[in-house]
Amino acid sequence: MSAERVDESAPAAATQRPVRSLYAGNARSVMFRGWRATRSTNWLVMLSGFFEPIFYLLSMGIGLGALVGTVTTTSGEEVPYAAFIAPALLAVAAMNGAIYDSTWNVFFKMQFAKLYEGMLATSLGPLDVALGEILLALLRGALYAIGFMFVMQVLGLNLSWWALLALPAVLLIAFGFASVGMAITSYMKTFQQMDWINFVMLPMFLFSATFYPLSVYPQYIQWVIQALPLWHGVELVRGLTTGDVGPIMLVHVLYYLVMIAIGLAFTTKRLRALFLD
Amino acid sequence: MPAPVIVATDLVKRYGEFAAVDGISFEVAPGESFGLLGPNGAGKSTTMRMVGAVSTRTGGDLSILGLDPDRHGPEIRSQLGVVPQSDNLDTELRVRENLLVYGRYFGLPGKLVAQRADELLAFAQLEEKAAAKVESLSGGMKRRLTIARALINDPRLLLLDEPTTGLDPQARHILWDRLFRLKEQGTTLLLTTHYMDEAEQLCDRIVVVDEGSIMAEGTPAELIRRYSSREVLEVRFGSDRNAEAAERLAGLGDRTEVLPDRILIYSADGEAELERVIDAGLHPITSLVRRSSLEDVFLRLTGRSLIE
Repeated sequence: MSAERVDESAPAAATQRPVRSLYAGNARSVMFRGWRATRSTNWLVMLSGFFEPIFYLLSMGIGLGALVGTVTTTSGEEVPYAAFIAPALLAVAAMNGAIYDSTWNVFFKMQFAKLYEGMLATSLGPLDVALGEILLALLRGALYAIGFMFVMQVLGLNLSWWALLALPAVLLIAFGFASVGMAITSYMKTFQQMDWINFVMLPMFLFSATFYPLSVYPQYIQWVIQALPLWHGVELVRGLTTGDVGPIMLVHVLYYLVMIAIGLAFTTKRLRALFLD
Repeated sequence: MPAPVIVATDLVKRYGEFAAVDGISFEVAPGESFGLLGPNGAGKSTTMRMVGAVSTRTGGDLSILGLDPDRHGPEIRSQLGVVPQSDNLDTELRVRENLLVYGRYFGLPGKLVAQRADELLAFAQLEEKAAAKVESLSGGMKRRLTIARALINDPRLLLLDEPTTGLDPQARHILWDRLFRLKEQGTTLLLTTHYMDEAEQLCDRIVVVDEGSIMAEGTPAELIRRYSSREVLEVRFGSDRNAEAAERLAGLGDRTEVLPDRILIYSADGEAELERVIDAGLHPITSLVRRSSLEDVFLRLTGRSLIE
C-alpha cells in the first residue's frame, strides 16, 4: 500500500481532529514498556554507550592534551585541552544516545516488530508513542551525562559552578536530536536509507568544533558548521563547563527548542499517516 | 432490541483510484458472532481496520459502540480487543509482561492489569509459559497470547483478523475452543476468515465479501440452502480428460461446476448422481459425496474458489 497516497489526505484530516485523538496523556506507559524491555535485553548496549565518551576523553584529552597544552575558546579564554574537549564529548554522547534510541531502535520497532501498530490499536495516540520513546531516550541520555560529568569532576575539568547547568543543557540537546531523529526515521523504509544517518553523523561529530576551535576554518566553512545542530550543543555545554557564559547561549537554546518542535510535529504526523490512515 | 455494536452503511475505503471497500453495509448485534468471509484481497482487513478505528473511511457511515470513529477513535479503541492478521507481540518482553504492558497502554492501573493478566494466562492455557520468551512459543501459543492480550481491557467487541491462518489443525481446534468459550460468555466477535469450516464453527451470521462488495448475507445454514444443494458429488478424471468428461456430464444434478482438477455436481442426492455418471460410461479416478459447504456458496456467487 502506498504510504505517499495516504500522506496527501493526512493534513486536511488532521486539522479537523481534536488533539485528543493524537494524545491520550499516557506517554508513561510507553516509557514503562521501554524500561521493562531494557531490563531484560538491552542493558549491554546501554553500558557501551556509557564508556565510549570516557575512553575518548582519556585517550584524546589526557594523551593528546599533553602535546597540545591549552586551547583558546570562542570568547578568547585559554583552557587546558582536556577541559576544551570534555564538554564537546558530553554533547556528542547526548547526541549519540538520543540518535541511537530514536533511529535504529525506532526503525526496528516500526519495520520489523510492528510494535507501534500494536500500541496504536489501543487508546494511545501517536503523540503518546513519540513522546514516550523520546523521553525514554532522554532518560538514558541523562544517565550517561551524570556519569560523564562525575568523571569530569574527578579529573578537575569542570572549571565553573555553571557546569551544574550543563546537565539540563545536555537533556535539551538529546531531546532535539531524539525528536528529529525519530521524525527522519519514520520516513525511512530500508537499511540502506538508514546508513545515510551515519553518513551525516560522523562528519558532524568530527568537524563541529569538537576537538579544535572553530577559528581554524575559513569563514565560509565556519558558517556551514554554525548551521549544524551539534555546533550549538558543543558551544552551549562548553560555555557552561568552562564558565564562559553569555547571551549568545540563548540562541543555542532556541535552536534546540525549534528542533524539538519540528521533530515532534513531523513524528506525530507521520505516525498518524502510517498507522492511523 | 439492544442497540447494535456495529452499524456500517455504504462503507467505502479508497486508495487513490482503487476502492478496497466499495460500499458495504452490515449490522452486528451485542453478543453476536459475525464473520466476513472472502478470499485474500476482498477488503476484509481494510473493513476490520476501519471498524478498529485505525483507518479513516473515505465514504459512507460507520458507528462503533454508538460512536463515530472519525471523532472518537481513542474512546472506541479503549473498548475494543484487536487480534491482527500477523502477530505483533512484543518480542523484547516476556509472555506475562506482554499482558502487563499492553494493559498499561489503556491507562489501566497496574494492580488490576496484574490480576487480569493471571486470569487471561489461565484462559489462554499459557500459565506455565508466563516467564518464557515470546520467540520460544509455538504458532498456536503466540496466537492464544495475542487473543489474551486483546482481552486485557475487557473489551465490548473483539476483532479477529484471520485468527487461525497458518496454524496446524490441532492448534486451530484449541483456538476455536477458546473463541467458542468467549462467544458463550457473550463477547461480541467480528472475525474475518477465508476458511469456511471456521466460519461455520464460530459465526452466527456471515457476509460473503468479494472485491470490496457484499455478495450475500445470512447464517451459514441459510446461505448453503439458498445458494447450494444439500449434497455435492466431486469426481476426478485426471487433468487430461477433465474437460472432455465435463462436456458429457453437462446437465447432471441441479448444476455442475468445472474446476481445473475436478468436476462438482450439485444435487440433493449425491450417490444417485454418481450412479448416473457411471451409467453414462464414465469412470472417475476418485469420487466423493459430501455435504455442501460455504466454499460451494462462494463458488456459486463469484465463480471462483475461496483459496486459490
